[in-house]
Amino acid sequence: MSEAVSALSGASYDGIVRVADAGLQGMIQLRGNLGKAAVKNAVTGVTGVDFPAARQANVNGERGILWMSPDELLVLVPYAEATQAVETITMALKKEHHLAADVSDARVMFSLEGEGLREVLAKLTPADMSRAGLPVGEMRRTRLAQVAAGVWLESETSARVIAFRSVAHYVMGLLTHSAQPGSEVGHF
Amino acid sequence: MSTRLPTGGRLIDRDTQLDFTFNGKRLRGCAGDTLASALLANDQTLLGRSFKYHRPRGLVASGAEEPNALLGLGKGSRFEPNQRATTTELFDGLTCESQNHWPSLEFDIGAVNNYASRFLPAGFYYKTFMAPRAAWKHVFEPIIRRSAGLGKAPTERDADRYEHFHTHVDVLIIGGGIAGLQAARAAAATGVSVMVVEQTAHWGGRAPVDGAEIEGQLADYWVRETVESLGKLENVRMRARTMGSGVYDHGYVLAYERVADHTPDDDRPRHRLWKIRAKQVITATGAIERPLSFAGNDIPGVMLASAVRDYVVNWGVSPGDRTVVVTNNDDAYRTAIVLKEAGLDVPAIIDARPEVSGALPEQARALGIAVHAGRGVAKVLGGKSVTAVKICAQAGEGAPVDEIPCDVIAMSGGWSPVVHLWSHCGGKLIWEAGNAHFRPNPDKAPTGHAGEVFVHAAGNANGAMTTSEVLADADAAGKAAGKAAGGKATRKAAPKAKEEPSEPMLPVWVMPQGADIKLRGKMWLDYQNDVKVSDVQLAAREGYESVEHTKRYTTLGMATDQGKLSNINGLAVLAGSLGDDIPQVGTTTFRPPYTPISMGAIAGEARAELFQPVRQTPIHTWHEAHGADWEPVGHWRRPYAFPRDGETVHDAVKREVLNTRENVGLLDASTLGKILVKGPDAGRFLDMLYTNMMSTLPVGKCRYGLMCSENGFLSDDGVVARIDEDTWLCHTTTGGADRIHAHMEDWLQCEWWDWEVYTANITEQYAQIAVVGPKARMLLEKIGGMDLGKEALPFMQWAEGELAGIPARVFRISFSGELSYEVAVPASRGLEFWIKLMMAGEEFGVMPYGTEALHIMRAEKGFIMIGDETDGTVIPQDLGLNWAISKKKDDYLGKRAQERSHMTDPDRWKLVGLETLDGSVIPDGAYAVGEGENANGQRNTIGRVTSTYFSPTLGKGIAMGLVHNGPDRTGEVIEFPTLKGGSIRARIVDPVFYDKDGEKQNV
Repeated sequence: MSEAVSALSGASYDGIVRVADAGLQGMIQLRGNLGKAAVKNAVTGVTGVDFPAARQANVNGERGILWMSPDELLVLVPYAEATQAVETITMALKKEHHLAADVSDARVMFSLEGEGLREVLAKLTPADMSRAGLPVGEMRRTRLAQVAAGVWLESETSARVIAFRSVAHYVMGLLTHSAQPGSEVGHF
Repeated sequence: MSTRLPTGGRLIDRDTQLDFTFNGKRLRGCAGDTLASALLANDQTLLGRSFKYHRPRGLVASGAEEPNALLGLGKGSRFEPNQRATTTELFDGLTCESQNHWPSLEFDIGAVNNYASRFLPAGFYYKTFMAPRAAWKHVFEPIIRRSAGLGKAPTERDADRYEHFHTHVDVLIIGGGIAGLQAARAAAATGVSVMVVEQTAHWGGRAPVDGAEIEGQLADYWVRETVESLGKLENVRMRARTMGSGVYDHGYVLAYERVADHTPDDDRPRHRLWKIRAKQVITATGAIERPLSFAGNDIPGVMLASAVRDYVVNWGVSPGDRTVVVTNNDDAYRTAIVLKEAGLDVPAIIDARPEVSGALPEQARALGIAVHAGRGVAKVLGGKSVTAVKICAQAGEGAPVDEIPCDVIAMSGGWSPVVHLWSHCGGKLIWEAGNAHFRPNPDKAPTGHAGEVFVHAAGNANGAMTTSEVLADADAAGKAAGKAAGGKATRKAAPKAKEEPSEPMLPVWVMPQGADIKLRGKMWLDYQNDVKVSDVQLAAREGYESVEHTKRYTTLGMATDQGKLSNINGLAVLAGSLGDDIPQVGTTTFRPPYTPISMGAIAGEARAELFQPVRQTPIHTWHEAHGADWEPVGHWRRPYAFPRDGETVHDAVKREVLNTRENVGLLDASTLGKILVKGPDAGRFLDMLYTNMMSTLPVGKCRYGLMCSENGFLSDDGVVARIDEDTWLCHTTTGGADRIHAHMEDWLQCEWWDWEVYTANITEQYAQIAVVGPKARMLLEKIGGMDLGKEALPFMQWAEGELAGIPARVFRISFSGELSYEVAVPASRGLEFWIKLMMAGEEFGVMPYGTEALHIMRAEKGFIMIGDETDGTVIPQDLGLNWAISKKKDDYLGKRAQERSHMTDPDRWKLVGLETLDGSVIPDGAYAVGEGENANGQRNTIGRVTSTYFSPTLGKGIAMGLVHNGPDRTGEVIEFPTLKGGSIRARIVDPVFYDKDGEKQNV
């Protein structure tokens, strides 16, 4: 064994949606003045995606930028590139007050695939999961039952969930419970 | 007898027969039946016993207000007590049993209470069980506990699953009767999103039963059309079997969906609790008919007039062959007419009003029914069922003028709007004398945070009585709510309904109005809790003026039906006794839930392994596989120790300590908080947070620091490492990580918002493993990759590199007093690193150790532990930590507080070490006693133990404690009394028991 392993080693569950550990994903927490060109250039440079507007998630495959708060982004890059990307960003922002930290290993990422994913999530988060409440491509920081989570939809049938690594099993349990056959709500 | 009629029943499917059992008896019903209608169809009119007197109880109502027909439903893992037969949908294979009787429903010994009823008056518990004191525990309480409660508790784990569902909506409408449906139509037309919930399985409420005609069509037809057209609208959601349970602040509403109560075992969740955020709420919750208070009104067969009508029209069931209707209003005549039209006998209508001339009474007379105006019930005859009724003048004292044989009495005392949900969030009521009921006061509606109205009542629930009034009212409510929620006003008029002329009702609270005490003692207000008119009157005589006090004294309305039938009647009787007006007496408080909801629904997914999140380190699975004895630390699970085969936990702890001190031990320290603090002002910021200087810490070095609250109390501690010119890494305690991060952000965001500092909680990014013991360096050198020699990495420094091919940051810090390295590696390689250490360490005798060994080793070294030596009242100076408090700094959080007179008081208890004279271990939390007694006659205390262990290294009990003038009393022996009696004597010593000069950690 000499490879990095994600918290759930690729576990998955097939219910009214498919829930799966999406594997290792490079994630960089960046805090800084998001209005500055240097900050925008640094993150678009390492990801190749456009800088997101407030509350947006601009993601293309394993690369993307998630807007987390007025002074915080989560930058997605392939796992193997995370360490290098932190250095690149840090170098680019040498003259800017900022904080860039590799948090790839502090998190677990899930993928949800299927028609019912809005409802599966609505059982666990108090955020509005309707189409109007969370359009595709919008980032939502919220909670799933008792733990913090971030959610965005890539399409109406594909969503990503990020949670803390230490509660990966709990979140997998929550999503599995909510996705059990027979649990369809038919609301959204 | 009650039976299924040959025809009729708008809700049942006679072709689908369902088998079920009641008390083991095999019975048969139809699809669409409620359990109540099915029991009635099988002539099962006796369904239970009342709470106090064990009186026979049968159905009174047909819906959520039913107080009597509570049954134990299901078996084993699906058994649930107190299930309401009237709201339980029948399914094939249903089993149920009656409650609160022994040995059988028909013959119940507890019924002797009935004959002793004059010894069980209102306030019986309060009066009887006051003395002698000892009798409460040994006599009264066991007896009351045995006889209290209606149903039995389930004995097996619930087989079903439950879930929550969150949704946001512009207008939420509670109630799917014609008012709710029309309100939905009107609100939806404004363009906003609308959700309608209905507690039963059917839309339309009771309008179809009452013969309403809307837009020239029968109500049934209108309901079907409306439900269909609403169902086609994109912006409308409808959900049956979903009860609006409670309305809370900010438009938060709980609704309780009974998804699969009627289809057990079909893999669906049993209940779903809806957590709804609504901009506007409309309560279209209808009205509940009131019973009349006459002697014997609790005998099975005495029912609400509307319920009798429901059973006939909805389920094709006749509650009896001969029904006498007793009323004070026109509406009950509908029941007489329905019964007559179904071919049943209605020998008389007894109307308390002196003159009866309305359209409905005329129709009844035309059908040949005798109407007795100005009459009341003197007494109902019968035991377990009604056999006859004696009638009298309502204005008199109850002298019977006639006796009419019958098996059902259909009573109506008027209608009370269901104002519960209106009231939950502060909506006020007004008394409507004309209908003798409370209805929502539109000028005092529940309001939101900006003072805006967010709840509207509609239809019967708002006091509208006729169909056309109901529709107009609901239409207006729907439009108003839609507009308030941001919709566009429309001009479409409300549908028209056929006029329903009626004559005024006559308020009747006691029947006959001059009834004597003997009769009043047989007039039931609360059927389930056995509260009678005489009880409320007695309470009033004994000085109970407040309706809230009277409720608790008499238990009126405190049963599982929460007084849905008894509330208004009870307070009217109270008002009468006090000589007050009803509005002056007021109502008791309406609280959620509207009807009981299951514990399972409240818990949702949070049960078994999902009850609480358990945080796991990256090495958790290894610990589990190696027999870790777990200890919860915050939400984490940490190994307390790793007992081996045949070893007790205590043995394991001892072995782990000794092995770490002699060879090398591994501790999973991943749970320790790790907060990155970065920015031009980071040093200045940390100087404010810690009591000592952090800005002067050189890059590459580590420093132990203390954090205090602004009141000076010690809050957290840990080692800080300077990463680069403007970056520090702060280690916190395991439980302190999130709290300290929030503390930092609080100060940065609220007070020092102009300081350039960013923080990030990176606790979970790393697996952190402490490699501890004299052979620690040998082990790390063996796996190789970094120079960790004494010169390359001295004590209290850190270095970055690769160990065994894994990126690592190594901190040379020690919480044990041994040579110690804490190695942080990426979490996803934590398990790999741990296993490599275990394998490579075999030749050095490596063993994992748990939190207890950690605690013992730190105590042997006299290191404090947040939460042991601190409890929120302890300042660093109490713990002799003055060396960690900077004298040079102008300020730090807690500095000024620590200068307050009580903080500098020389009499504060201070930290010392304690060594027992006999080598035993002082019990945790023990107090040391001094001379004399305090004002309460208790021994004076002079100190207490904060940490206490058996030290395997020293082979004896050691402890730390806070002692009055402690450090000045070194060498003195003090005494700790134990709970078992006797006391342990301990000598005050230096708290550092082991390697005082720190030579071992500095090699």
